[in-house]
Amino acid sequence: MAEPVIEISKLHTQFGQHVVHRDLDLTVAAGDILALVGGSGSGKTTLLRHMLGLTRPSAGRVRIFGEDIGKLGGQRLQQLRNRWGMLFQHGALFSALNAFDNVALPMRELHALPESLIREAVLLKLDMVGITPAEAQKMPANLSGGMIKRVALARALALEPELLFLDEPTAGLDPALSESFVELIRALHAQLGLTVVMVTHDLDTLFALASKVAVLAERRVIACAPPQQVLEIRHPFIEHFFLGVRGQRAQQALHETQVAKEPADGK
Amino acid sequence: MSSQQEPTLSISSGTPDTVSARGAWHVRALARRGVMARLRRQIARLPQDAAWDLSAVEAIDHIGAQLLWDAWNGQRPRALHLPAAHERVFERVAAAGHLRLPAPEPRPGPLRGAAMLIDRAADHLTDFIALFGQLVLDLGRFAAQPLRGPWRELSAHVYHIGYQALGITALVGLLIGIVLSYLSAQQLATFGADIYLVNILGMSIVRELGPLLAAILVAGRSGSAITAQLGVMRVTEELDAMLVMGMPHGMRLILPRVLALAIVMPLLVVWTDAIALLGGMAAARLELGLSITYFRQELPNAVPVANYWIGLGKGVAFGMLIALVACHFGLRIKANTESLGQGTTISVVTAITIVILADAVFAVIFQRVGF
Repeated sequence: MAEPVIEISKLHTQFGQHVVHRDLDLTVAAGDILALVGGSGSGKTTLLRHMLGLTRPSAGRVRIFGEDIGKLGGQRLQQLRNRWGMLFQHGALFSALNAFDNVALPMRELHALPESLIREAVLLKLDMVGITPAEAQKMPANLSGGMIKRVALARALALEPELLFLDEPTAGLDPALSESFVELIRALHAQLGLTVVMVTHDLDTLFALASKVAVLAERRVIACAPPQQVLEIRHPFIEHFFLGVRGQRAQQALHETQVAKEPADGK
Repeated sequence: MSSQQEPTLSISSGTPDTVSARGAWHVRALARRGVMARLRRQIARLPQDAAWDLSAVEAIDHIGAQLLWDAWNGQRPRALHLPAAHERVFERVAAAGHLRLPAPEPRPGPLRGAAMLIDRAADHLTDFIALFGQLVLDLGRFAAQPLRGPWRELSAHVYHIGYQALGITALVGLLIGIVLSYLSAQQLATFGADIYLVNILGMSIVRELGPLLAAILVAGRSGSAITAQLGVMRVTEELDAMLVMGMPHGMRLILPRVLALAIVMPLLVVWTDAIALLGGMAAARLELGLSITYFRQELPNAVPVANYWIGLGKGVAFGMLIALVACHFGLRIKANTESLGQGTTISVVTAITIVILADAVFAVIFQRVGF
């Protein structure tokens, strides 16, 4: 397990004249819960899409489970894709299928599992995220935003991924739901040994879950370390992001004893 | 974690027999070719009250656990050796064991189905009438305060629906003109009635084909676009945003589209007529040797000007119908992709059908006019 799950080196992304990433390096070790933070427009989602192989960087290399996904194709890439799950920000459920079929789809696509097993496995997955069988038969259009997100998480977890990507996992959820979401991911992480990469703006989620924080600014990763260490770095963005009023509150609530820093003047 | 051993079951005899599972019981291993079939065959042949030993299982996930759980008929075997690390997975599977999908709702009977169909038709009809009523009110408001009207939207739609359709209507008109001219010329030549080609071409194109061709092309091209635009606006909640800001859909979305089509369609009809007649003229020149000059001189005598006005009137009516039908279906689209696709298809089919129906109505009303 010495090999990192994700290894990005010398990544360069450019849209027309606009440079998004320059010489970006990032490594995620197995079992990490990495939170990717950065200002809006700093290329977090773009970086996530590179990792998923949805887009290709202009230059540089993205290796996942030791394989360069820019060079993979066909069968190998599909096998790799079955080892990760992605939770999109707005769920991205297939609106033509009901919640149950949405979760069953990746299992059916394997063309190996019997339908009875799939049915029970789907109900289990939905139960894990708190969706009842009656709700499972609803179409996505008839589900609330929070339920869509939970069904989408169940779908991302359908094939028991080793690597889970989360794009704003708690955005749009009420506090109680966010909390149970965080609990769920933490439990899954402990139990399945998941590696998690999440993009989040929610500091509560970040401090509750992240074992590492990667800060994206100035077109590269300026820091990638446990939250406590990142907080100590003197950088305008980091201070602005974590040590604002909201950041203070989140830290106080969750790390009352650990964070004994002076308020750095709010800014 | 990827290259683990295949999941296997082995039975060692004793009292009771012991079934030991080994390898990686996770979904990727189970999904490998043949693994699942082999395991299910084995499970079917297992003795009922065997003891189970899972201590050699390297890894297990929910799907693997579910498979074993099913093999145990939904309860733990009396003798089970389960490592503590895998305990949690089985707890979860056991907890979810009672979950069942509720039975699907029975399909409605024929009577109930018919009632639902009538309901839907009535719903469409009232919606359409409401849409038309709103349009009349908006037209009144527009006439009262023309300066506050949606001029910018109107001009954009005239450009997209009208100007950009010039090419395709010209191409289709030209080809139809040529084809019609050739076919008629051959038939007329057998009777020696060549010179009546002008009458046949002129009447059919100016009165019937020009308006109909233009309308069908516009319905396919712009009707679908209008429905899809409104549908996407529903999906992205733009329609709701407009209402929240106090911008009524009728004035900003429906009126400019209906007006634009009402303005543009007669113009497209004239354009299609002209190009189709040119094509017919050229074909007549080649096939029958009718000179262009003769054709041009003869046309006004063969086709009374009333037909031209009927054609223009058809253009206005067809244009408004297409826009109304497209808006009607666009506004009914629900916020999902399935509905968007269905709505667009139904919209185009309905628009074309209604245009042809309206054409028949025109034929009946004006049966003694223009001959």
